[in-house]
Amino acid sequence: MSRTIYDLIGLFAGVCFILALKGLSHPKTARRGNKIGALGATIATLVVFFYANEGSSLPLNNLGWILGAIAVGALVGVPAARKVQMTQMPQLVALFNGVGGGAAALVAIVEYLHLGDTATTAEVVFTVFTVIVGCVSFSGSIITFMKLQELMTTRPVVFLGGRFVIAGTLVAVLGVAVWVVTALGTTPLLVLAGLSLLFGVLFVLPVGGADVPIVISLLNAFTGLTVAASGYVLDSVLLIIAGTLVGASGTILTRLMAEAMGRSLFGTLFGAFTAKPQDTSGIAEDRPVRSGSPDDVAILLNYARRVVIVPGFGLAVAQAQHTVRELADLMISKGIDVAYGIHPVAGRMPGHMNVLLAEANVPYDQLLEMDEVNPTFGQTDVAIVIGANDVVNPAAQNTPGCPIYGMPILEVSNAANVIFLKRSMRPGFAGIENELLYDPKTMLLFGDAKASLTKVVGALKAL
Amino acid sequence: MSAVAIISIFTLAVFVGFEVVSKVSSTLHTPLMSGANAIHGVILVGAIIVADHSTTNLELGLAVGAIVLATINMVGGFVVTDRMLEMFKGKK
Repeated sequence: MSRTIYDLIGLFAGVCFILALKGLSHPKTARRGNKIGALGATIATLVVFFYANEGSSLPLNNLGWILGAIAVGALVGVPAARKVQMTQMPQLVALFNGVGGGAAALVAIVEYLHLGDTATTAEVVFTVFTVIVGCVSFSGSIITFMKLQELMTTRPVVFLGGRFVIAGTLVAVLGVAVWVVTALGTTPLLVLAGLSLLFGVLFVLPVGGADVPIVISLLNAFTGLTVAASGYVLDSVLLIIAGTLVGASGTILTRLMAEAMGRSLFGTLFGAFTAKPQDTSGIAEDRPVRSGSPDDVAILLNYARRVVIVPGFGLAVAQAQHTVRELADLMISKGIDVAYGIHPVAGRMPGHMNVLLAEANVPYDQLLEMDEVNPTFGQTDVAIVIGANDVVNPAAQNTPGCPIYGMPILEVSNAANVIFLKRSMRPGFAGIENELLYDPKTMLLFGDAKASLTKVVGALKAL
Repeated sequence: MSAVAIISIFTLAVFVGFEVVSKVSSTLHTPLMSGANAIHGVILVGAIIVADHSTTNLELGLAVGAIVLATINMVGGFVVTDRMLEMFKGKK
């Protein structure tokens, strides 16, 4: 195959990726878009087997190793993607992103070893960039995975002098990078990789749990840029196009997400260093709350005219999507006006809750976005908050300095009654106390969301 | 390829990348992130190229590792995105 045909096929795959991203931006075309992207990736991968690089012969060297490695990767990736529960989606995306970054860093290291003294300065600079950013993306994604999987604390990890350690590591990374470019050795490159991995860990540790999705999106954009840089070193138009597309769209997506959460990107990454310690002295653990029984809740609902359901991650954890739909259907059959108020970041990731409710076949027209539902809380008799906390926490509006301050919230406190279905008094993912729980118009129903909802449905049916 | 050609491709791709996702609704943020994530799995192509011209065991070992990781990223990414989007289908 000639180089020209190879590059043209690469361009075709690049166009597939553009159409994929465009398709993914609209609900109707999203699935087709993803398939077009998969087609482009498949074609791009197949073509390499017929043309590797200038001067190399066919079939490819090490063909057995290459095919075997692809088989292993597919055997790991496909079952993971098929079996993952929708609630664990953010972790999986973080992991997939991390391994992509790791792959880019490894490719850069191999190419560096291969080129040896023949590498041009530009090639070395791009290699260094890929190793740094790929390693940061890899180790950073592992930390986000651990935070989301709750293998470690979801709160920001800040230690004494943390910002100086991070700044120092960054300076060391850049210093070693210059060393690699000037000295051209294997050792400096491996030191660089190690330091970059460390920097990735330090970079993500101070980020609070609620902001983790923004970081995943940012690391995703980073990985895209490393792929583009690899494209330069490996002389591949396709990698340059694909990597740049992901880098650019990932950057925009990161900004959109940050806006949806009312956060600046800078505040997300470094907020933990500048935030004042929270004043928790006024919050005693034994403050009185009003807790009710499933029957109390059913009575309240039975005499309501309008009910808004606010689902949160706790609903998904309890796998209560189907039960909540049953409750909604029952209320509708009693002539009650029912809507779901969906916070943009409900769940663990922007848009996550829409995925989870779609899984339970909740009709699309009952899902109201935050801007639509907020003005209606004044006419709402009951707001049922199921396993959500941070997205309805008034602290976001009235407590400057708290980690979620400035995040737009669902203003459930404007409803006549608020019911919280919670497992315990434990604060939400962001780790902040919610004043609304102590409000006189709030009733708490403790227990597993699914069990509680089932009891409420039973009680409501009996009325 | 000339440096100017590469810079041109890069610059145009940046603008296309900005443009295609600028109006996406928050409903689709998760699938879009996941889909974009799968696309950068094409680093698999790069991993295969370096595996082809690996001459030492160290190079080959690292390249094989890169292929495994890139395949997980690409194949897993597209499959999981499809699973998510499948559930959006069939809604009114």
